[in-house]
Amino acid sequence: MPMRDSIRLPNPYQTDTHQQWRASLRKFVDSHITPFVDDWEEAGTLPPSLWQDAANVGLLQLGYPEALGGISAGTDLHHMIIAAEELAACGAGGVYASLMVHGIALPPIVHYGSEALKQRIVPSVLAGEQHISLAITEPGGGSDVAQLTTQARREGDHYIVNGSKTLITGGLRANWFTTAVRTGEAGVNGLSLLLINANLEGVSRTPLSKKQGWWCSDTATLYFDNVVVPCDHLIGQENSGFLPIVHNFNNERLALTASALEAARVCFEDAWCWANERNTFGKPLIKHQVIGHKFAEMLRQINATQGYLDSCAWQITQGISKPSDVALLKVQATQTLEFCAREALQILGGAGYLRGCRAERIYREVRVNAIGGGSEEIMRDLAWRQLMASNA
Amino acid sequence: MKILVAVKRVVDYNVKVRAKADGTGADTANAKMSINPFCEIAVEEAVRLKEKGVATEIVAISIGAKQSQEQIRTALALGADRGILVETDTDLEPLAVAKCLKAIVDKETPDLVILGKQSIDGDNNQTGQMLGALAGMPQGTFASEVNVAEGKVKVTREIDGGLQTVALNLPAIVTTDLRLNEPRYASLPNIMKAKKKPLETVTPADLGVDTATRVKLLKVAPPAERQAGIKVADVAELVEKLKNEAKVI
Repeated sequence: MPMRDSIRLPNPYQTDTHQQWRASLRKFVDSHITPFVDDWEEAGTLPPSLWQDAANVGLLQLGYPEALGGISAGTDLHHMIIAAEELAACGAGGVYASLMVHGIALPPIVHYGSEALKQRIVPSVLAGEQHISLAITEPGGGSDVAQLTTQARREGDHYIVNGSKTLITGGLRANWFTTAVRTGEAGVNGLSLLLINANLEGVSRTPLSKKQGWWCSDTATLYFDNVVVPCDHLIGQENSGFLPIVHNFNNERLALTASALEAARVCFEDAWCWANERNTFGKPLIKHQVIGHKFAEMLRQINATQGYLDSCAWQITQGISKPSDVALLKVQATQTLEFCAREALQILGGAGYLRGCRAERIYREVRVNAIGGGSEEIMRDLAWRQLMASNA
Repeated sequence: MKILVAVKRVVDYNVKVRAKADGTGADTANAKMSINPFCEIAVEEAVRLKEKGVATEIVAISIGAKQSQEQIRTALALGADRGILVETDTDLEPLAVAKCLKAIVDKETPDLVILGKQSIDGDNNQTGQMLGALAGMPQGTFASEVNVAEGKVKVTREIDGGLQTVALNLPAIVTTDLRLNEPRYASLPNIMKAKKKPLETVTPADLGVDTATRVKLLKVAPPAERQAGIKVADVAELVEKLKNEAKVI
């Protein structure tokens, strides 16, 4: 059995369809992704056919309404967690980040968009025919969503959009951008979400290709120069964009946690295999106590994170989750990942310093996990504020 | 045309099985269980025949404990239409399995029965052949290619000297070898749909099958551990060791 399965705690919430889904996805990842990941990373992109393949196995549609081409009957959050875990097992986090980027860009349309927008966008994205990215972060700032400055000025039946967005995952490939814009006063009450067609005049984009990690996931800076967007592309109500933006954070953080946790297991697995193979001072590495205790400590942190993840997932399915718990879960997961990536590379030594090893790549992906989707500092801040507010 | 496929619940091929300390069997407690790989190939072949328009219905059968339902559900997710579980907590020998299958063949009257050539737990390689004898049906074992046309099934068999092709009149029995096909993975919608497909449960007693064991298991022991090799300084020492220690020259 693969080491990452041996060290997975039994999960009381997962049933037979979960196990089948994991088995199917593993075959899909083993045949369609893992053998090509090194090439995709060097090429800085994913092949367009991957979206079609992912739609065939049901990955893109998971959790979306059946009426819009999704697959939701019988599925729950644990199917999503398994998807994040199995994709992370290829050892390149950029695959999930790019392939599943609609997971952050599409829900605002599904939950707040007009019927016409839903019908136009959602089925084709879920079928892998069109791509959509979420555009929030700006060159002037990211975490402080309330202060963003991209302007959408109303003129008759249109908005005139001016501004710039950066660090946009999937931004080069996207046909559509779910874009946070300022339509009113300063602060959270002047924000709206606007769907912008990437082909409109005045939209331009440049690649951000020199990155520490996630090489196969394209990242872009977007420029909007007097872009004319029809008013019916507004998602939800004008100046009520903040809620749709934060609505999805819980699920995004849960998926990021599952990805980071599985990446930590991959580090454990790679290091474990090496420690059993490599001989030093007359015995295998694993027989040296100083190395063995590294595995024990990695496992302690991995187990703690899984237990916490399972609890938060259960809370969400029961509708009783606290955003502070999910925010701190993400911190727990990325700190676990950071520790395991470090220890795995210490064990792998020179072998882990060279490219071509999963743990080496994951080591370079630690920061994007710990910063993207809400940095550790922002997560703790959110938890602290909520603790004060609910116990005042 | 109706196809029957048999699927067995076995310890997953990735699991390293150890002998129980008291030698009464293999320790499979809490081990991950899966569909036998050769049975999965059988399901895949049946589904391909259905996709080609050759087959119209696929019935997946498993014989074993209640949990074998999971393996039937997997077959249903891959494309089988309905399932039959012959539920028994006894570990059946190939003859009893073949008798159960024979009873179901009599009831279902399939045109083709596809089975794995063996299961990776017992490695008996007997059930398909026994079923052929009991049901009086021709058999094409170790198939690496299967073609159905004009009331016959042409089976390319992997044999010691190479490949042998036989043509069998339908109804017939085919057992699969490793190279017959590469099984697909079930898509999420098909996993969900499989939950709603019919699954009937019967017992060996319902089928009138006597499940008494005929083979007595004496002992299960792990293979002897290999001794570590040694390095010799020169040819003289090598010859000396071969002569006096290994005693081969």
